[in-house]
Amino acid sequence: MKARLFVPLALFLLLAVLLAVGLTLKPREVPSPFIGKPAPAFSLAQLKTGQPAFDPAQMRGQVWVLNVWASWCAPCREEHPLLVEAARQKQVTIVGLNYKDDPRNAEEWLRKLGDPYQAIAVDRDGKVGIDYGVYGVPETFVVDREGIIRKKHIGPLTPEVWNQDVLPLIQKLKG
Amino acid sequence: MIPELGHFALIVALFIGLALAVLPIAGAARDDAAWMGFARPAAQAQFVFVAIGFFCLMASFVNNDFSVINVASNSNSRLPLEYRIAASWGSHEGSMLLWVFMLCGWACAVSLLSKRLPLAMVARVLGVMGFISVGFLLFVLLTSNPFDRLLPPAMDGRDLNPLLQDPGMVFHPPLLYMGYVGFAVAFSFAVAALLAGRFDAAWARWSRPWTTAAWAFLTLGIALGSWWAYYELGWGGWWFWDPVENASFMPWLAGTALIHSLAVAEKRGAFKAWTVLLAIAAFSLSLLGTFLVRSGVLTSVHAFATDPTRGSFILIFLAIVIGGSLTLFGWRAGSVGFAGRFDRISRESLLLGNNVLLVAATGAVMLGTLYPLALDALGLGKISVGAPYFEAVFVPLMAPVVLLMGVGPLARWKQAPVGELAARLKWPALASVVAAVVLPLAAGRFSAMVAFGLLLAAWVFTTSVVVVLQRARGGSDQLLKQSRSFWGMVLAHVGVGVFIVGVTMVRGYETERDVKVSTGDTVVVSGWRFTFKGAQEVQGPNYVAARGIVEMQREGGGEVTVLHPEKRVYKVQGMPMTEAAIDSGWLGDRYVSLGEMLDDKTWTLRVYVKPFVDWIWGGCFLMALGGLLALADRRYRVDVKAMKTEPTPATASAVPPVEQVAT
Repeated sequence: MKARLFVPLALFLLLAVLLAVGLTLKPREVPSPFIGKPAPAFSLAQLKTGQPAFDPAQMRGQVWVLNVWASWCAPCREEHPLLVEAARQKQVTIVGLNYKDDPRNAEEWLRKLGDPYQAIAVDRDGKVGIDYGVYGVPETFVVDREGIIRKKHIGPLTPEVWNQDVLPLIQKLKG
Repeated sequence: MIPELGHFALIVALFIGLALAVLPIAGAARDDAAWMGFARPAAQAQFVFVAIGFFCLMASFVNNDFSVINVASNSNSRLPLEYRIAASWGSHEGSMLLWVFMLCGWACAVSLLSKRLPLAMVARVLGVMGFISVGFLLFVLLTSNPFDRLLPPAMDGRDLNPLLQDPGMVFHPPLLYMGYVGFAVAFSFAVAALLAGRFDAAWARWSRPWTTAAWAFLTLGIALGSWWAYYELGWGGWWFWDPVENASFMPWLAGTALIHSLAVAEKRGAFKAWTVLLAIAAFSLSLLGTFLVRSGVLTSVHAFATDPTRGSFILIFLAIVIGGSLTLFGWRAGSVGFAGRFDRISRESLLLGNNVLLVAATGAVMLGTLYPLALDALGLGKISVGAPYFEAVFVPLMAPVVLLMGVGPLARWKQAPVGELAARLKWPALASVVAAVVLPLAAGRFSAMVAFGLLLAAWVFTTSVVVVLQRARGGSDQLLKQSRSFWGMVLAHVGVGVFIVGVTMVRGYETERDVKVSTGDTVVVSGWRFTFKGAQEVQGPNYVAARGIVEMQREGGGEVTVLHPEKRVYKVQGMPMTEAAIDSGWLGDRYVSLGEMLDDKTWTLRVYVKPFVDWIWGGCFLMALGGLLALADRRYRVDVKAMKTEPTPATASAVPPVEQVAT
């Protein structure tokens, strides 16, 4: 056995360690430019008719979560039970931003799967989504009492993300 | 019902794969013919079941079964049939199933076309392929099941990503995967040889056609992807050094090196350990590419859905397959040795130079691709490595490869007299220098970059002519006697030259104009007049489009061509797409793409004139065609035929005299 024949193996092991470390990193977690900034202002009609237009300024003084969702989005369906449960346990106020969706499909969806949202702003053409830098649905923002965005999560919320990342932050912000 | 059937077929295929991974290899070790004999029928049966699974998924897409998550997320009732079929491999789950389908297809092909191989060899090769299939079937079934149901079913699907709704995209993934996965055959032959501890010319000869076939498919797949990016993304580029592109390019470079070193291993018995290592590397890079794309460790324009569990799964599998094969290599390859003697100037040494440079280029691409990841892992920040790095390292590494390419086929094996080589290369060298000086001047503007590119291309063409003339010394009828693998080599090398012409001319002489136009406005770009005649609304099956009308004419007058660039909005995802209008020709493309509508009559318009751009893909096509021609070489067919009639004496006649054989 010659040692040099194991050089390729050694190189590969180095690479494998690098890749394993890489897996624990989140390249998509590009530090969002929105974190630490005030939540962009907007005023949008609500999904349920008869309710006043929604404006983030109304939420001043409380910690809340903005969840961007759509009925056409399969990962939204995946995270939805978690939101319903969080709302049921009154963990936090959740506001929905219904993104580029058909309101009828959206209502149908909520009727079937449950409605965790205190208010749902309808962003039919995705303009508010642009202000919030939405590039995939679902996305979830945590906003503090002063209206500052403190966290942004891209992709579906999983129980781990919710319990280890989002909820502790919410509790801390609530003091 | 159909999705469950497909799911079940995949589970059956998994168990067949488990048996295939264990029994034949154990049988080869114990010299048990019955266990070894299990390999062929098992590989074929596994292919049948994976095919059933694959076609069940396709049927779910064709039938608009929105109770399947995968279909609901990637299709829509208004999506045209051909794209519903292509949507089967448009998602992560579907593309992984396509991966397994291709792998089992290759294994099935090996089982059918390996009549002349010793049974133990077949058993080991198919066993290794079975092992790989188990890993990927487990991956599909445990982390990426394409048949998962959605309850309650969606009313309609989310539609296929509009970027993928294109003829090029229908064929790009299957061709690419054929190539990627095809290297599994060369890999399995290498591992089988390590297991058996036997390396001979026969081993290299058996691996060669499979490697060449995989390489040709990979070439076509990459070229098609590049062509698609050119006309579909609307900014006229053809290669972006994106991590996902690099992931397919690294196995291609390693595969190119492998093809050449296999030639030496077969003809001269040299480079055997090196060849085995390259075979392992080519497939390992395919696996690495799969990992990089599917785990999401790298950010890329190919925004696939990513998931860390999937990443961990592939990484563990990667460690087992690559780590295992490299351990086996370290343990067994010592007995192989670096056999074969050759002089400092000989065809062997030139091919060794080519190999070293190609491997260095692979390493350079890998470094650039993984560098951002490494920095991030070390906590040094997030950066991205772009085209300037890749161009700066890649061109200097590949230019000598191209120069060697001209010399190699003219050099003798073992020892090439320098004087003889110099005499043969005198005229090509002179002609290339003249071409490098004269052609850029004739094109209107001299630049060192263009001159250098054309020098390389001319070198390839002229040396290829000399190679052919060399073979015709004994009269032109000698040419008819040349093997198809010789012509395949010439064609593939000429393809490289054609490719270089395309890259050089586009780089040196393309012109681009971004303009604001109102109805009736005319733009002049390198001798062509483009007149904007307005835009109208057009309804597609699942999109609405603004279709521009642009009349194009040479400045001096002449025929008017009407181009229709489109700006589409796909209704379901609300995603805008640019469909460029391209007027292609031998000497270049006129490329028009519609930008934004500014008001009723005013649009932004992007106009490119790209000289010789199609030579880029034409060159790739010639390379692939060269590979396929080499595959059709008589010695591969003679073997099969000879086998059918008289099994024993076939070997001797199958090896043509050394001087006649191409590399």
